[in-house]
Amino acid sequence: MRDVAIIGIGCTKFGEMWHKSFRDLFIEAGILALEDAGISGAQVEALYGGNMSSGIFVEQEHVGAIIADYSGLVSNNIPSTRVEAACASGGLALRSGVIAVASQYHDVVISAGIEKMTDVGAEKAIDALASAADREWEAAVGATFPSLYAMMARAHMHEFGTTRQQLAQVAVKNHSHGALNPRAQFRNRITIDMVTSSPLVADPLRLYDCSPITDGAAAVVLVPAERAREFTDTPIYVKAATQASDTISLHDRRSLTTIDATVVAAHRAFKTAGLQPRDIDVAEVHDCFTIAEIMAIEDLGFFNKGAGGPATLDGETAIGGKIPINTSGGLKACGHPVGATGIKQAVEIVEQLRGEANKRQVDGAEIGLTHNVGGTGGTVVVHILSR
Amino acid sequence: MTVARFWRKIPNRYNLIGTKCENCNTYYFPPRLVCPPCRRNGIIHEHQFEGTGTVITFSTVYSAPEGFAEMTPYVLAIVQLDEGPRLTAQIVCDPSEINIGMRVRSVFRKLGEEGPDGVIYYGTKFAPM
Repeated sequence: MRDVAIIGIGCTKFGEMWHKSFRDLFIEAGILALEDAGISGAQVEALYGGNMSSGIFVEQEHVGAIIADYSGLVSNNIPSTRVEAACASGGLALRSGVIAVASQYHDVVISAGIEKMTDVGAEKAIDALASAADREWEAAVGATFPSLYAMMARAHMHEFGTTRQQLAQVAVKNHSHGALNPRAQFRNRITIDMVTSSPLVADPLRLYDCSPITDGAAAVVLVPAERAREFTDTPIYVKAATQASDTISLHDRRSLTTIDATVVAAHRAFKTAGLQPRDIDVAEVHDCFTIAEIMAIEDLGFFNKGAGGPATLDGETAIGGKIPINTSGGLKACGHPVGATGIKQAVEIVEQLRGEANKRQVDGAEIGLTHNVGGTGGTVVVHILSR
Repeated sequence: MTVARFWRKIPNRYNLIGTKCENCNTYYFPPRLVCPPCRRNGIIHEHQFEGTGTVITFSTVYSAPEGFAEMTPYVLAIVQLDEGPRLTAQIVCDPSEINIGMRVRSVFRKLGEEGPDGVIYYGTKFAPM
């Protein structure tokens, strides 16, 4: 195994992109990443594309071929592979690319993520997202994604005393970060009152506790660390790329207030990197719902169980706080094009570690972490990146 | 879900029939054909659950996909059956009535329908005891 570096990043604007198609989005992200790396498409040896549900959202499967084709990469007949783990598809695409380079199969690899969600109506999109849960034993009895996370929120409130205000502050903080991010879907600041008076979706979660439906794509270029300086003066090194699985259904989990796959993937990542949670300067975590961020910052080891809510309310996870979380605005404000999210998280951390995050910059950030969850925790992918 | 996919599991959905591993005495609902701790050493038999259990956590659903939208708001919960396994199910009660730890029993109810001319789906919900 050899070390791997990220030498290029690209990300589209996130939002309801009525004027852009599935292929327009991945082409844009890929070209941005190649330009950032300063390489030609002819140098790319392999591509991994994270995508959850193109079959439902745009009635298009065989995504690996269409990405290679319309990106102009079929002239070399490169291997182009779609990977899928629901909302963790992007993280999985990154990890797949890292493994391909680390194993010496390929030298120059693109890992990308793409989701075009607004070509269908909201009801169909909600139904597509429900397929990340157990269709036969959760969705079939009326479970929706917000309701599954709502049941985790209820259990967390019951067990640890997490409050409605603490949940709301996650959304308030992530909107305040998103306001600083030109790529974010939502750039408006909100208040705790706006969250707690927004319409109920699945009690206790309200509209402003939920990440939106989003179009977007992102891509990164990977090379062996030993070759990184051929391409860039600011390579970002992949210190760990880990993954863990758990039961597909929430009801079969050991705990409803801890995502065990996060704990395991994080433990593996810190062990691989030889680091501790306190070494992380900035992190992008999977805040598909406000409760998910509170559980993530606890399960990743940044805070003790039950301390995530109070720490959020105290500003410890905001830019300028002890451990800034979701400087991009997170899934909540930057948006959540499901297959693209895991790659966008890496793009944000690379910008932070290069010192290119402008108004969102975390001073002196040297080590960052990404945390990408599929479904309610059936898959978790964690990456640790460093300067 | 398609008709074939739903009907295949009608005995389980209507009657709360799951499975039990006779090798390690663990009960499964939804039914499993592989016992995770025993894997191929497991001895799996069908098991009829008593239908009594306890609410572990719950939510009231206000925004639902097609097929469930006309029933909102409805109460959804994770119920732990007295034999051990947990499942996701609707609770037949007012949203203000439910709480963690509440005792419930299984009831046979309509789950949903595919529009006015479509198939009606039935299955197991739970009601306060």
